[in-house]
Amino acid sequence: MRIQAENLTFTYSPSSPFATYALKGVFLTIEEGEFFGIIGHTGSGKSTFVQHLNALLKVPSAEKKYKPKKLKKGETPPPQIVLKVGDYDLTDKKTDFKELRSKVGMVFQYPEYQLFAENVFEDVAFGLKNFRPEMTKEEVERAVEDALTIVGLDYAEIKDRSPFDLSGGQKRRVAIAGVIVTKPEVLVLDEPAAGLDPLGKKEIMELLHKLHREWCKTVIFVSHDMDEISENCTRAAVFSEGQVKFVDTPKNLFQREDELRQLGLDVPLTAKLTALLREKGIVIDSDYTQRDFCEKVLQYYREREEQV
Amino acid sequence: MKDVTFGQYYPAESFVHKCDPRMKIIFLIAYIVAIFVATNFYGLAVCFLGLVVTVVFSKVPFKSVLRSVKGVLFLLVFTAVLNVFFYKGSGDPLLHWKFINIYKEGIYYSIFLICRLFLLVMGSSILTLTTTPVSLTDGLESLLYVFKLMRLPIHELALIMSIALRFIPTLMDETERIMNAQKARGADFESGSLVKRAKALIPILIPLLISSFRRAEELGDAMDARCYSGSKERTKYKKLTFTWRDAVCLLLIALILTGVILFKVFFAALV
Repeated sequence: MRIQAENLTFTYSPSSPFATYALKGVFLTIEEGEFFGIIGHTGSGKSTFVQHLNALLKVPSAEKKYKPKKLKKGETPPPQIVLKVGDYDLTDKKTDFKELRSKVGMVFQYPEYQLFAENVFEDVAFGLKNFRPEMTKEEVERAVEDALTIVGLDYAEIKDRSPFDLSGGQKRRVAIAGVIVTKPEVLVLDEPAAGLDPLGKKEIMELLHKLHREWCKTVIFVSHDMDEISENCTRAAVFSEGQVKFVDTPKNLFQREDELRQLGLDVPLTAKLTALLREKGIVIDSDYTQRDFCEKVLQYYREREEQV
Repeated sequence: MKDVTFGQYYPAESFVHKCDPRMKIIFLIAYIVAIFVATNFYGLAVCFLGLVVTVVFSKVPFKSVLRSVKGVLFLLVFTAVLNVFFYKGSGDPLLHWKFINIYKEGIYYSIFLICRLFLLVMGSSILTLTTTPVSLTDGLESLLYVFKLMRLPIHELALIMSIALRFIPTLMDETERIMNAQKARGADFESGSLVKRAKALIPILIPLLISSFRRAEELGDAMDARCYSGSKERTKYKKLTFTWRDAVCLLLIALILTGVILFKVFFAALV
């Protein structure tokens, strides 16, 4: 499913002293099949944006009570908001939002805090029972087994255990399984690797790639970690002050080191090293993944040695 | 969930905001006494007048104050309806059907009760809307100081209260986050029968309970790590002082109480 947003604006608690403008006209298109990254400073609107994708937050015109405002004379109408996920028009209140939510899976930050059921099986099956009540017991069992297996857990061993007795990493996997069990076409994750140790982070990112290959067509993830972005994404969007500043491949994106720093953002380690090497007169043209960077550096030294 | 204003501070620079929290607590107590002393609508009208004056000087929009009633609306209606049915008046009932008797006095009394509770809730919400939880507890602690002589652990009680108040917004945020997470998994809190909706709350309440325990533990550890003890030697960062504003408050209380008592003496009680 292709995601298309134009002029997307959003205000928390409008017309109150707490009103905050979280999104101020977001333009962003995410194609089907992408492994898309979203970066931004705290409060840049990235979480607000991703919550729109499965209508946890709705544009005003999609609310049940919405009535179009009458314009006074001489007033220009506000720009038309466009928000489409596949064939679902998220600005239309007639859209079946429940069905949309089964197509767009959302994994929140620290998803392990949403576990609640007596055992892992029940917890993972929760989404299925809500979205597809017509499924038979066997079908549910098979779907839960598939979901737990793909996140790297042993179904037979774990299904009857209490989710609260598991380790942190296992809990997070169970929580992710609980979201992907409905086979969403788009999977959105908010800081999926937050609070994990380096190995755990690596495993989660590997899991996301596996899901991207076999399970969900599009993966979108929000991250603070620039290394994660440069290693994994096909493209990434930079949010700042409620707008999208850049959308590009990590390779092109991290060449704008100065601009990113101005927005209070970091660059990956490989980009920092590239900059340091450039100061020494050594130009390395990599795509900023660690693998490619290392190869290019090695190649450079081999060539130099040969010249000597 | 977000509609509950109780314990929600409304930031503004106003007369009421700047009053001493102790004065505001005394004011509230006196106001509640006045509401219960009043036995007719005139008395309540005086209380209402006092409320309006306070709201105006607090710069809190009337809408926010009204919103606090929304949370207890069900309770209000419930009490009123019960009273209509069970109040035994003199004379013939207005309506008689099997075992149900409705008297004219019952209806009057119910309306009176609603007004009373209405004023009560709005009055209390003014206190929490204009006072930060911290200064509220400071005020309470200082007022309850007398009980220390009776060896009641006032400081500890005040601490418990301030922690409870401080965590209300945190827990609300947490609730919203968990609700969103479960909504994303297809949970439906808005439709279905009452039983079904109550059941739908389980996936929210359990994670919330667990995270509250986790937070409590973390907070306890953090306090331990900073060697917290509620000893006598603890001093205050902000010392409370009475100012001219509090004298004005005192005057207003006196006015309300006199008004209510006068109306009570010179006009007949409602029931």
